[in-house]
Amino acid sequence: MANFFLDNKDLQFQLGNPELRKIVELKERNFTLKDRYELAPQNFEDAMDNYRRVLEIAGEVCGDVIAPNAEGVDHEGPKVVNDRVVYAPGTAQNIEVVTKAGLGGMTLPYEYNGLNFPLFCFVMANEMVARADAGFENIWGLQDCAETLNEFASEELKKMFLPMVSEGATCAMDLTEPDAGSDLGAVMLKATYDEKSDRWLLNGVKRFITNGDGDIALVLARTEEGTTDARGLSMLVYDKRDGGVKVRRIENKLGIKGSPTCELVFTNAPARLVGDRKMGLIKYVMSLMNAARLGIGAQSVGLCEAAYREALKYANERAQFGKPIIQFAAVSEMLSNMKAKLQGARALLYETTRFVEIYKQYTHISHERSLEAQERQEMKFYNRLADGFTPLVKLFSSEYANQLAYDAIQIHGGSGFMKDYPCERLYRDARIMNIYEGTSQLQVVAAINSITKGTFLEQIRVYEAADYSEAMTPIKTRLVDLRIKLEEMIARVEALDKEKAGYKDFHARRLVETAGHIIITYLLARQAGVSDQYLDSARIFCKLAEAKVTEAYTYVMRSGVEDVDLFKAVEKDEIC
Amino acid sequence: MKRQLKIVVLAKQVPDTRNVGKDAMTPEGTVNRAALPAIFNPEDLNALEAALSLKDKMEDTTVHVLTMGPTRAADILRDAIFRGADGGYLLTDRKFAGSDTLATSYALSCALRKINPDLIVAGRQAIDGDTAQVGPQVAEKLGWPQVTYAEEIVEVKENSLVVKRRLEHGVEVVECPFPMVVTVNGSAAECRPRNARRVMKFKNAMTPSEVAAAPETDAAKMVSSRPYLQIVEWGAADVNPDENQLGLSGSPTKVKKIENVVFQAKESKRLTADDRDIEELMVELIASHTLG
Repeated sequence: MANFFLDNKDLQFQLGNPELRKIVELKERNFTLKDRYELAPQNFEDAMDNYRRVLEIAGEVCGDVIAPNAEGVDHEGPKVVNDRVVYAPGTAQNIEVVTKAGLGGMTLPYEYNGLNFPLFCFVMANEMVARADAGFENIWGLQDCAETLNEFASEELKKMFLPMVSEGATCAMDLTEPDAGSDLGAVMLKATYDEKSDRWLLNGVKRFITNGDGDIALVLARTEEGTTDARGLSMLVYDKRDGGVKVRRIENKLGIKGSPTCELVFTNAPARLVGDRKMGLIKYVMSLMNAARLGIGAQSVGLCEAAYREALKYANERAQFGKPIIQFAAVSEMLSNMKAKLQGARALLYETTRFVEIYKQYTHISHERSLEAQERQEMKFYNRLADGFTPLVKLFSSEYANQLAYDAIQIHGGSGFMKDYPCERLYRDARIMNIYEGTSQLQVVAAINSITKGTFLEQIRVYEAADYSEAMTPIKTRLVDLRIKLEEMIARVEALDKEKAGYKDFHARRLVETAGHIIITYLLARQAGVSDQYLDSARIFCKLAEAKVTEAYTYVMRSGVEDVDLFKAVEKDEIC
Repeated sequence: MKRQLKIVVLAKQVPDTRNVGKDAMTPEGTVNRAALPAIFNPEDLNALEAALSLKDKMEDTTVHVLTMGPTRAADILRDAIFRGADGGYLLTDRKFAGSDTLATSYALSCALRKINPDLIVAGRQAIDGDTAQVGPQVAEKLGWPQVTYAEEIVEVKENSLVVKRRLEHGVEVVECPFPMVVTVNGSAAECRPRNARRVMKFKNAMTPSEVAAAPETDAAKMVSSRPYLQIVEWGAADVNPDENQLGLSGSPTKVKKIENVVFQAKESKRLTADDRDIEELMVELIASHTLG
């Protein structure tokens, strides 16, 4: 009888954000769709009522079905039988229930039988599913692949595949191969055009493919014979019913064990081209990855929520020295920090979602009519913010997921190390989050441009210029100091990078994290102005941010160009 | 195999007695309905699932939900529609007030004669009264065979259903001809969730009384332009009853006394695992009729 939507005040708060009105108006094309589609809302309030009702269904399914299944799924896991994936029984039940609940195609347009919900609803549902079972979030959340089809595929392909997703078909993105992980330009899976069937025949091997036996796969393959780099790669869509793909094995993983990670063998598997040839990696996978990174952001925040709740519950129940351990300062400090990080990561997640969404909606509208000058400008503005904030939210929330899972076990003490409490599963599940869809190190690479081109600083100044409640005024003063520190750090790094190549790369993470700490504190301070429930977290996060920024500042300001070589010396160590 | 069934699910809106707080009972010992949320009776949801899973297997099968109660009982009809039911009937009239199980099943049977289904599915019992009488009484009044304690509808045949019953000491599989009444146990499959698309499509479904209560709202106006949003509402006169058998006058049950049972144990007793302690416990439990 648990409901992961109704029991979460922080989610309810995010649904009250005043900027959502603009997003909903864009998504519903100013409520002009209601005459054509019976599901379309009449106005903003009607739309919000739809979202709340459906999120309540999602919350109920998460609380009553997916979460109770999580332990069994973790123990049993999927199997390969006759070259096919057989899900754990709990996973199969989860899929059946979310399909019956109609939670497929959440963001897809009405014409493909989607719910036409804004991205923030999908992100919220994702987060709740991950709180219930992080591994299942992968399977359910991959419906996001359909958004890439919606953006780039032909009308014919959209009509063919999108309604399937709306009806609950699961998806996979078949990108990585044994020799092409982070370096996707090295993908070798071969696609040969077959004139007779008007299909591309796929041959080769894919590895580490999440939900690799899903109903629909987006496949990155080499359509241009003789090429060896990213420019020879195209995106294709494959329907499992067409055959030609076998699951050779599934990986035995540390965590998210319910999510099958497959090695796939393609033998003349027929597929259809998405969009233009040669744009596979350069354009489409980049879009797919950005969406997936936001997805991992949601998954990580969901895991943070689960870890915090487990820790809080145990700290209240467990008594030592005659009182519940939450009454010990060391424990309550840990819990307070966990809560601040959880709420901070969530604030960043929904801020990023808003940026991504406004940009995406203008992109879609630009396919229907030409945008006005002001709209074009806005689209560009939000595109830049989305590009900077997406790696930032992936970086912070996935690292926090790991920190919170670690702290949750610490609060459980010896019992947390045993297999008796869910916190050990959370700890294992969290570990992949700062690795897949680009490691934290690669998120820094993706975000550093927003430091050097000034996007983060510009946005920090926007936050700085906003009004804050009286209680938050001291926080703002401290944040201004931190922003000045960030500017000093950037100035030094840019100057010394001209002297010594590699200096900027060496400090990139410190710069990106500094910007992130300042941004998250602003977001919490802004929320604290609207609702008292964020006062404590804003104050606590500000302390964390100050300490972290000061550490990074000291490191950068005392670091000379010689450090670049100092940390390269390890390359010469012998391996024995 | 019979390709098409007309199914009616009997459902009741009940106070949620599963999570009772200290305000659950009035000082007079009756249920304090104001303090408890009104919910879909849990076993009626199992019944709805049994009906919907038949609809999954046989296209053109229809599932309608019939409930008797005050106007607000339309909430559970909407809930059933969100989960997949084709529509609902609300039986509501002051003349039904004060009905015991006999008068309730009489009123329901009058409505059911009018609907004329092939199959009636009901929950075994409601969590407010716990009588388990209404389903069987409806079958008696219609003169139809009944299968009680159903856990699973195993097979649909041309003119009958094969049903697995969950009994105290095991299971029994029986075959029963149409038309029939099946009452479903809580151990049967849980009901499917509400469906997002159905919620969005049917959230403004209303009974005529609800439309009349707020005719100027956007939702009420929508009902007239979208006929699928109209929930059927019948008063006593719509189902041609013998009025003497309705409501209080049709209810022979008289409540003599209601006792508010309060758990009064004041101390705990510690028993070890040795034979003497166990025997002592067994004797005590048998003496207090907890066991045996």
